Amino acid sequence: MMDGADQSIWGEDERQEAVTDTQGYVTADGRQIGGVLMELRNITLRFGGVVAIKDISFDIREGEIRAIIGPNGAGKSSMLNIISGFYTPSEGELWYKGAKRPAMKPYEVARMGVARTFQNIALFEGMSVLDNVMTGRLTHMHAGIASQALWWGRARDEEIANREKVEKVIDFLEIQAIRKTPVGRLPYGLKKRVELARALAAEPSILLLDEPMAGMNVEEKEDMSRFILDVNDEFGTTICLIEHDMGVVMDLSDRVVVMDYGKKIGDGPPEEVRANQDVIDAYLGVAH
Amino acid sequence: MLYRTAGQFKTSYQADQALFPIRQDAVLLGIILIFAWAILPLVASEFAYQTLLIPILIYSLAALGLNILTGYAGQLSLGTAAFMGVGAYACYKLVTLFPWMNPIVAILLSGVFSAGVGVLFGIPSLRIKGFYLAIATLAAQFFLVWLFEKWGWLYNYNASGAIQVPNLEMFGVYVAGPQASSVVQYFVVLGVVTLMTLICINLTRGTLGRSWKATRDMDIAAELIGINLMRSKLTAFAISSYVVGVAGALFVFMWRGAAEPNLFDIPLSFRILFIAIIGGLGSVLGNYLGAILIVGLPVVLNTVPEALGLPISSATVEHLNVMIVGSLIVFFLIIEPHGLARLWALIREKLIIWPFPH
Repeated sequence: MMDGADQSIWGEDERQEAVTDTQGYVTADGRQIGGVLMELRNITLRFGGVVAIKDISFDIREGEIRAIIGPNGAGKSSMLNIISGFYTPSEGELWYKGAKRPAMKPYEVARMGVARTFQNIALFEGMSVLDNVMTGRLTHMHAGIASQALWWGRARDEEIANREKVEKVIDFLEIQAIRKTPVGRLPYGLKKRVELARALAAEPSILLLDEPMAGMNVEEKEDMSRFILDVNDEFGTTICLIEHDMGVVMDLSDRVVVMDYGKKIGDGPPEEVRANQDVIDAYLGVAH
Repeated sequence: MLYRTAGQFKTSYQADQALFPIRQDAVLLGIILIFAWAILPLVASEFAYQTLLIPILIYSLAALGLNILTGYAGQLSLGTAAFMGVGAYACYKLVTLFPWMNPIVAILLSGVFSAGVGVLFGIPSLRIKGFYLAIATLAAQFFLVWLFEKWGWLYNYNASGAIQVPNLEMFGVYVAGPQASSVVQYFVVLGVVTLMTLICINLTRGTLGRSWKATRDMDIAAELIGINLMRSKLTAFAISSYVVGVAGALFVFMWRGAAEPNLFDIPLSFRILFIAIIGGLGSVLGNYLGAILIVGLPVVLNTVPEALGLPISSATVEHLNVMIVGSLIVFFLIIEPHGLARLWALIREKLIIWPFPH
């Protein structure tokens, strides 16, 4: 088992303390990674008798690109669903920004700065690209109903201010030309990009990407990889992603968690994980 | 050529978010408004007011209310007529309990009561959707009509069991009751409908509208990006029922003059649902087009063959009307689920590039 990274940060007896580690580390390409933003402690998730996740602990540091990989059915998406509040873990704690997160509704989690994309695109098909991305900013808009009804005062000011922010994201992801197109008319690759735009528009502290490259061709994958790196670089957004394309994962991420049958079998920088015998066994199978 | 948008550049987000960013749209709307506010009252006859203008406006408003709930927020409802009834009875109680109250204020206030009842019957939507929710709203339909019949206090214990609109005065002019003139009632209805439409357009294009549409299109994703589904659904029920309730108050006070409980029975709910479907779910304009069609069709069938010298008995007209409306609904559900509003949108798109489509 490769719990080395975890053990060195928290000794077993310090585990109940709030996160105080703000040291961080410097990556090979010279980026400064900050302290721990989110920490999952001994997470277990059960559906009736099925144990989807067994006692997993890992952390996500500020400014980091953290990948979760593993064979099909390993519990990766369930993990992401726990982080975004869609599932409540059966056991274990989730610490976020130095405080233990109580049981919350997904929309409350989103308001605390957790945004995500979905494995199967979950855009609002009946709305334009612009409206979809604007929806991502709903957590930042607080005008009252009367102001909205009259389109006057706070509601109008907010619409304009948030439109400006949204336009920055649209610019950044190069989707200006399709701004007013209904989402239903777009091809798959662009839909994925609009979904990323919607998540980014929320200005999240942590961005969860569930298989951002699924079903894409090589060129689209390259585009998406570049956008992910740019997002991390320009906005300093912490990213946690699930991906099946090993090449992409190894190139993009700073640290990788490997899961198999709901258990953590590896955790560390890509090259370390790649050399891990458990990981190789899980992916290639073992001779018995 | 007439609808060319080339050369209309937007230099601020405010201009881009204007109600009608394309100049021709604004001009067209201006023409319609002038027509409705100035020209029609000059030429319309008593018959036109009572069979076309006033009912079209009231039905449009009721359909607009339903459209907010079903078209924008995606919550199916079959209880529209009952919510109209709540508005009508609330208005009746308000003007009889407080005779000094301005009738328009009473009409606008009566929507508040139907909004409350709407939210109450909207609570099941937090757990169920689609057909099951439709059945739950059907319960509202039956329960409320039963209540209108049994609760004597609502109709001031009239022997007839019906509500009779009293003469209501505003600034020395009768606006409701037997002595009110059609022109005045038309202006009151038009004013209320214009105001409500403006509010609804603003709400549907703003933050609230986006959260409704997100709830409609993909509720799980909506919740995960920070939308409180409960709030989104219940505000949709509240706003929708408010508009429907105001429409119900107008329906009785500005048009029918009296109402029995069974006026608000399920056929009226269906009629309004048909208007919304034929006009186009998820559109504001569609409600008007749908109401013009549904209210206008029987009038056309009644008058046109006669004018052409083809005498058709009124029973035949009734049957023809049902057949045409029925086939139109089937037609729209199959060919154009987005209704007349989408047809107009397609025509407009063609017009913008006409006559050089490349």
